[in-house]
Amino acid sequence: MDFRFDIIVHYLPVLLKGTLFTIGVSIASILLGSILGLGLGLGKMAPKAYLRWPFHSYINFFRGTPLYVQILIVHFGLIPPIYGKTNALITAFVALSLNSAAYSAEIFRAGIQSIDPGQREAALSLGMTKGQAMRFVILPQAIKRMIPAFGNEFIVLVKDSSLLALVAAPEIMYWSNTMKGQYLRIWEPYLTAAVIYFILTYSLSKLLNYIERRV
Amino acid sequence: MEPIITVRNLQKSFGAHKVLTDINVDIHSREVVVVIGPSGSGKSTFLRCLNLLEQPQEGEIRIEGISLLSKDTKINDIRKDVGMVFQQFNLFPHKKVIENIMLAPVQVRKWPEEQARRKALELLQKVGLSEKAEAYPASLSGGQAQRVAIARALAMEPKIMLFDEPTSALDPEMVGEVLAVMKDLAREGMTMVVVTHEMGFAREVGDRVIFMEQGLIVEEGKPEQLFGSPSHERTREFLSKVL
Repeated sequence: MDFRFDIIVHYLPVLLKGTLFTIGVSIASILLGSILGLGLGLGKMAPKAYLRWPFHSYINFFRGTPLYVQILIVHFGLIPPIYGKTNALITAFVALSLNSAAYSAEIFRAGIQSIDPGQREAALSLGMTKGQAMRFVILPQAIKRMIPAFGNEFIVLVKDSSLLALVAAPEIMYWSNTMKGQYLRIWEPYLTAAVIYFILTYSLSKLLNYIERRV
Repeated sequence: MEPIITVRNLQKSFGAHKVLTDINVDIHSREVVVVIGPSGSGKSTFLRCLNLLEQPQEGEIRIEGISLLSKDTKINDIRKDVGMVFQQFNLFPHKKVIENIMLAPVQVRKWPEEQARRKALELLQKVGLSEKAEAYPASLSGGQAQRVAIARALAMEPKIMLFDEPTSALDPEMVGEVLAVMKDLAREGMTMVVVTHEMGFAREVGDRVIFMEQGLIVEEGKPEQLFGSPSHERTREFLSKVL
């Protein structure tokens, strides 16, 4: 079997651009998804059932439907009425963030609930507000326990960003598909894509291991 | 003189299970009140109602004349002046000893770091743990952890201290060091409510002993009277088992 490195070299500049797109969208979505996720997770722990319900429904919807479908809904349904037309970059950011938020919410909830209630009681007994108890006492301990779960979530998010090729977001898979279309080759474009994703997720897991040891 | 804590008709249930049936008690400033009774008598629940870690269903609790259960009362403000020490210490494991003590004065009282640090070091000296300031709670023995927990509560300069079985989770040889700190505190005139099984402490330090059973105060009185000549059959029975 011949393996044509020359077409990989030819596509390298756009593949690198695609990689930067994937990295950028992933980082932005991890950040927004985590912030939304914290809010959703706290909401899901609300004392009253009717207050929990909207958060519950959100999480169930985004966990219970394929990201593939969510991307199409966001791209053709959600963004055009707001932005005026479709935009792959906005879709990428919005769809991944909304999806990641649902998973992050569960990680936050489980992490927070894993902390001994005595910690919260001690904080409250010192006159702290519920917010202060959460910020200074519960979250710092919970986040350490959440790191492995977040590691999984972030890795899944990076890999799932490949689905954005569907709406022609110029990320890694999109350019690999283009490469395949131009040269009618299978191994070169897809192996290259696989290697790039592997490098990204492997580096990410190393980074998270490092953070886990440091915290 | 007006009592510092007034409790009237206090009732608390967990679901269908009634834990406090009808508690009435006055506690005066500088008084040391020791609450004893069998497990499940509601004594810890009673104590936890005094800073609203448990929300009672009925009744009235006043601290320095302010009703805890009134809608206008901000419970955080009351809790600043009511310290609590827990059976399981509940130190913050992610913070050093000194940070455990400084956290609330800095965040709640809004003291400058320096003032909080000075206060913390002073309190660590008082409980005999100056050398542990930079240690993490995980490296402390049970007795040391509980003394740090007491220092942490005292850093807020509370007017009242609540102790919820402070020595029950300790190895026997560490009980003494914690009780010694509590005795010092009593001698300095701190108002204290202590739930404990340490009858020696109750007898020696308590100004008043309350015997609770099944969510009720069965009997209360001076330690010599309650331990020496209890007037209720149930008190006698309980004391004969624990003494």
